[in-house]
Amino acid sequence: MTTASMRRRLLPLGALLGAGALALTACGPADGGSSAGGDDKTFTYLGQTENTTIVKTLETLGGDQCAAEEKAAPLTTDSIAGTQWDQKLQLLAGQGALSDMSMAAGTPSLMQQFIDAGQVQDLSKALDDLGVADKILPAAESTIKALYGGDTLYALPTELNIEGFWYNKQLLADNGIEAPTTWGDLVDAAATLDAAGVQPFAAAGKDGWPVTRLVGDYIVRDLGPDALKKVADGDAKLTDPEYVAAADAVAELGKAGYFGDAVGSVDYNAAMNQFLTGGAAFFYMGSWALANFNDAEQNQIGVDNVGFAQFPDVEGGAGSIDQVPANVGIPVMLSTNGYTDTTADWLKCIAENYGDTVLADSGVVSGFALENPPADLPETTQTVQDVIANAPSSVLWFEALFTSKGTTVSQTNGGGLGNGTLTGAEFMDLVQSANDQG
Amino acid sequence: MDKALGDKRTILILLGPALLVYSLIMLVPIVWSLGYTVMDGNPIIGFQFTGFDNFATFFSDPAAWEAIGFTLKYALVLTVLQVAVGYGLALLYVFWLRKASSLIRTIVFFPVVLPTVAVALLFQRLFEAAPTTGPVNALLNSFGIASVDWFGTPDASFWIVILMDLWRSMGFYAVLLYAGLVDIPDELLESARLDGAHGWKLVRSIVLPLSLPVLLSSLIFSINGTLKVFDTVVALTNGGPGNATTPLTLYMFQTSFTYGDYGYGSTIALMLTILCLLFTVFIFRSTRRDLTKG
Repeated sequence: MTTASMRRRLLPLGALLGAGALALTACGPADGGSSAGGDDKTFTYLGQTENTTIVKTLETLGGDQCAAEEKAAPLTTDSIAGTQWDQKLQLLAGQGALSDMSMAAGTPSLMQQFIDAGQVQDLSKALDDLGVADKILPAAESTIKALYGGDTLYALPTELNIEGFWYNKQLLADNGIEAPTTWGDLVDAAATLDAAGVQPFAAAGKDGWPVTRLVGDYIVRDLGPDALKKVADGDAKLTDPEYVAAADAVAELGKAGYFGDAVGSVDYNAAMNQFLTGGAAFFYMGSWALANFNDAEQNQIGVDNVGFAQFPDVEGGAGSIDQVPANVGIPVMLSTNGYTDTTADWLKCIAENYGDTVLADSGVVSGFALENPPADLPETTQTVQDVIANAPSSVLWFEALFTSKGTTVSQTNGGGLGNGTLTGAEFMDLVQSANDQG
Repeated sequence: MDKALGDKRTILILLGPALLVYSLIMLVPIVWSLGYTVMDGNPIIGFQFTGFDNFATFFSDPAAWEAIGFTLKYALVLTVLQVAVGYGLALLYVFWLRKASSLIRTIVFFPVVLPTVAVALLFQRLFEAAPTTGPVNALLNSFGIASVDWFGTPDASFWIVILMDLWRSMGFYAVLLYAGLVDIPDELLESARLDGAHGWKLVRSIVLPLSLPVLLSSLIFSINGTLKVFDTVVALTNGGPGNATTPLTLYMFQTSFTYGDYGYGSTIALMLTILCLLFTVFIFRSTRRDLTKG
């Protein structure tokens, strides 16, 4: 065979191979798959871009208490935006490519799918085996178990938050208002503030959840702590009149303009900024915001000027004011694929040291037991610790037991409730039908 | 050349690679997605055969109907505006600006080359109501009118999406239609003018019929593009407030990738494909009749 004819014969083969290679590269992962777990040489962590606390604490640990683990399997971190979080996790889980450690799914129902599919490491057993099971605070442990509906721990409580109304002491004092203990008091306070030209509430209507949390808390205060569980179990519907009443109560605040004129366009940072620059009197938020409150640069009203009031009682309701709305922020999970010996070493070191480090460095109260609590805590941080210590029980938030779709629909319509364009009945109807679709 | 193209092997070599790539990255996923329409589940929990349940869900899902409603409203309003404004600009270029039109053409075309996300950010800032007051609200305020929360009210957000897309695309349609208009022979226009046709009459009796084929292409381009709108809405409003500006494409994306329901997501995709097909056939049919008459 001559070289020329051989070349001619090989040409189609070469073309096909080239085309095939091109097609295959098109199917490959876009980012080179750097965050996938499973090997023993690195300890990979994937988190949300917005949360810098966890990654900063892990890095601190790697340079200090966990230096040996860092040497054996260096920490490699990656992050993506929180708005695409659940989508990204689904894609990674679908390919069995979850990082060794990552923040858990934002929606508990999605987390449940990961658990059912055996993608998430059973931490009750893992922590027991490592002899550090006592490093998780019981309150945090029970919250996580309630969230994922089982007796097994599937995530680490990197935060333990309580939620309630933070208020500007000065603005309240100027208008002769005391911290409200009933919903009626709160509405009266809002009317007084509004009449005096002070915006009563700062709320991130664009994100939605700061508004829908109020609906959930109202339900819990009015109908008792198990009211939302009944909805999840199908024993009650959000469209039942007693549930709609809660959404109506919040919608009335919105209709009166108490959340400000453009609440639908206000995002988390803008609402935070509004409160911390004295632009609003009340701010419903979780205690993770302590980091912002304690930052003198952001907090222009002064940290001593920030007070905390529990979500008020609803007159004649079955719930009580000391049932604290609590959550574990977004906890972190470990993937079964990535759970190697080096990951286990990291887990042990994190369980032993995370609580102290994150409290000392970032002022965040976590669900890990403290070994050496720092002596000089800011007053607000101290308040949060006291509330956690004294609370007889905790309650979950509005969307905690909803489906992915129910959660999204609820939060995207929170802004409508906040600016009064949706009535309580319309809102509950949307959310209930999204939950029904599953 | 004839000899080479008559050879089957040559055809295979020339077409094979492209066909292979096309099949792998276009046809296979389409067929795959068709298969998902009768399934329920996602890659994490696995798939189950559910027959036509997804279709039943689709027809009884109020959110799906709202998305169809928005998609149709958006597609019709924007198509009419895009093509009308584009045609108006093209007439302006040809009959009024003539040789001097190149600078204006370039300026009007400029938004077409800008990335959608950048344009969306620009419009978000323009119409911002909080935390800072955007230029549009500042202007309203200077006339003593209170700020409008443009992205917080359903109707206002709809018109901002339309406005932004019109600004972004009118230059493209103007150039497309301009190309059709310059093809009209000068002698024909000249003789029509001698016969006394001027202004609107000239446009209606001579220019419009002669540019009908390119107008038709523009309409099909536009309706198909607007029915499949995705990036503009995601970047500008992300479907909000609530789901007031959620088109079928975004609903499909959310269903599949946010709610993890690949089966129902594929069903919505199939419905969107059918919708696009129906519209294209409808436009083809209706205009072909006119052409033969005219």
